[in-house]
Amino acid sequence: MARTISMKQAINEALDQEMARDPRVICMGEDIVGGAGAEGEKDAWGGVLGVTKGLYAKHGDRLMDTPLSESAYIGAAIGAAACGMRPVAELMFIDFMGVCFDQIYNQAAKFRYMFGGKAETPVVIRTMVGAGFRAAAQHSQMLTPLFTHIPGLKVVCPSTPYDTKGLLIQSIRDNDPVIFCEHKALYDFQGEVPEASYAIPFGEANVVREGKHCSIVTYGLMVHRALEAAATLAKEGVEVEIVDLRTLSPLDMDTVIESVTKTGRLVCVDEASPRCSIAADISAQVAMRAFGALKAQIEMVTPPHTPVPFSPALEDLYIPSGAQVADAVRRTLKGGKH
Amino acid sequence: MAGTNPFPLSRDELLKCYRTMGTIREFEDRLHIDFGRGDIPGFVHLYAGEEASATGIMSHLGDGDRIASTHRGHGHCISKGVDVVAMMKEIYGRKGGACNGKGGSMHIADVSKGMMGANGILGAGAPLACGAALAAKYRKKGEVAISFVGDGASNQGTFLESLNLAAVWNLPVLFVVENNGYAESTSRDYGTAVDSYVDRAAGFGLPGITVDGTDFFAVYEAAGEMIKRAREGGGPALLECKMVRFHGHFEGDAQTYRGAGELDSIRADQDCMKKFRAQVTAAGVITADEFKAIDREVLGVIENAVKEAKAAPLPTLADLTTDVYVTY
Repeated sequence: MARTISMKQAINEALDQEMARDPRVICMGEDIVGGAGAEGEKDAWGGVLGVTKGLYAKHGDRLMDTPLSESAYIGAAIGAAACGMRPVAELMFIDFMGVCFDQIYNQAAKFRYMFGGKAETPVVIRTMVGAGFRAAAQHSQMLTPLFTHIPGLKVVCPSTPYDTKGLLIQSIRDNDPVIFCEHKALYDFQGEVPEASYAIPFGEANVVREGKHCSIVTYGLMVHRALEAAATLAKEGVEVEIVDLRTLSPLDMDTVIESVTKTGRLVCVDEASPRCSIAADISAQVAMRAFGALKAQIEMVTPPHTPVPFSPALEDLYIPSGAQVADAVRRTLKGGKH
Repeated sequence: MAGTNPFPLSRDELLKCYRTMGTIREFEDRLHIDFGRGDIPGFVHLYAGEEASATGIMSHLGDGDRIASTHRGHGHCISKGVDVVAMMKEIYGRKGGACNGKGGSMHIADVSKGMMGANGILGAGAPLACGAALAAKYRKKGEVAISFVGDGASNQGTFLESLNLAAVWNLPVLFVVENNGYAESTSRDYGTAVDSYVDRAAGFGLPGITVDGTDFFAVYEAAGEMIKRAREGGGPALLECKMVRFHGHFEGDAQTYRGAGELDSIRADQDCMKKFRAQVTAAGVITADEFKAIDREVLGVIENAVKEAKAAPLPTLADLTTDVYVTY
């Protein structure tokens, strides 16, 4: 039965159900229980934003607090995965990837191919992404393109609690390393989620709104900005179609091409920096595969190519807005041949 | 055979260990020649001179025990039971190689034998070994993991972080520092501030011991004790093997950084196989002729491996995109 819960609860429920289902699933990360070795409350934090709170009571030592030592414990999660476990490691912020990236892109991502198909690395790295928390340059990035660039990694970035639960369960069951990106600004976002366990297959984009005038292709928090734009544009008689990619690797280009073929116009919205971004990638592929269907120039809506600024006044300007998305749609509608 | 056996291994086990060391030596010396001829693609780092370390440690392990190796990994592979023909094919970049020609010398692996890979990234194996040890802890079958690291890579943060993590989680893992005196071309003493890795281990709350890595029996006994302790839940430890490298850092290294006469002297005085033969023949357990017979046997094994590798087909376009999901 479905009920309305937050994305945070959806993550917690997915972890809980998979830990109950499969004893090989273990969780580790900094403060994912909280208070380890201290005199006070056990499960004091349940993760820095409380996402894993309560799981310790149910699953005990299968949740492990780690030292502040990302290379060691992310690497240990990967090593354990290569030895038959199915670890879910939490890397608090995607911005911390820099300190443990080797273990992810040279080790986990490569094992299956480099060892001739004889090794599997079923590890999930859950990590917080995105701006909006006034957390500035080192705790706010959307670094998804760093990971989509690496063969062997799967990259997920859901926009709703429903997708979050189903995609996290799929990530845990998948035999490849998965970077599971959780937008911190969506943790409290509510949505209908079935209580029962379910998996959403990778590589299946979701058309969250149908329309005939222009396709908006996006993921994560930006899906919601696209929906804002869609509401504004509808009042102007413009019906946009919104494609939520959900997984960035594998990437469901067929759904994107199908949508662009129908509408003839494309706006790519990405919270990542513009250069070599998901938006740039989608634009290039549409230009290659569906050039004939395009009636006008492709538009991209991204932040400027700057670090994420601290000041709320600046950060609000940095994050792509619904108004910017609507403007991009209007530009492409004016462009090209009519 | 006269006399009693004073060694902690049976005569058959001693013969087996010598065969393993001889296989490694011949494998590496042959690669040295074939690389010089231009037959081998890519980068190759040879283990010759260090055989007592891998063999002495791996004698205590089964397939369920995991090792994370270094880029000087051929010796670890052979002593962990990886098939020599599959290894040679791999190094020649052939189909049917240990990794179907996709890994090569620096990434050679066979997880079915508990060999989690040579590693092109210095120090990267240590966290992986912690993970293998963590998995072993959950499986509760008394399995252990070994993390090999050179004296050079011992300065990587991954290695130091792993010492702490292993201690904090009381993991059944043994960190082996194979100290051959050189981090690539740079001397160990220049690049590592402490004299003893035992001191470094102590700094992380781990017991440690330094042994003469050219003495098979010293390695065997120290490793055996530490591995037994780890299997029984006693936690991690560090073993430093002081050893020598008979070839360069990589093949093609002219080794001009070495002192005059250094290579000749280490080959004369610090050859772990010579020492092994001398100790075992002196005790009257195995004769010099028996050792020579093994040397001849091993020569044939390696000759055959090279022949099979050269005859093996090259991978094709169809192999390029397998073993990884490809959406483009």
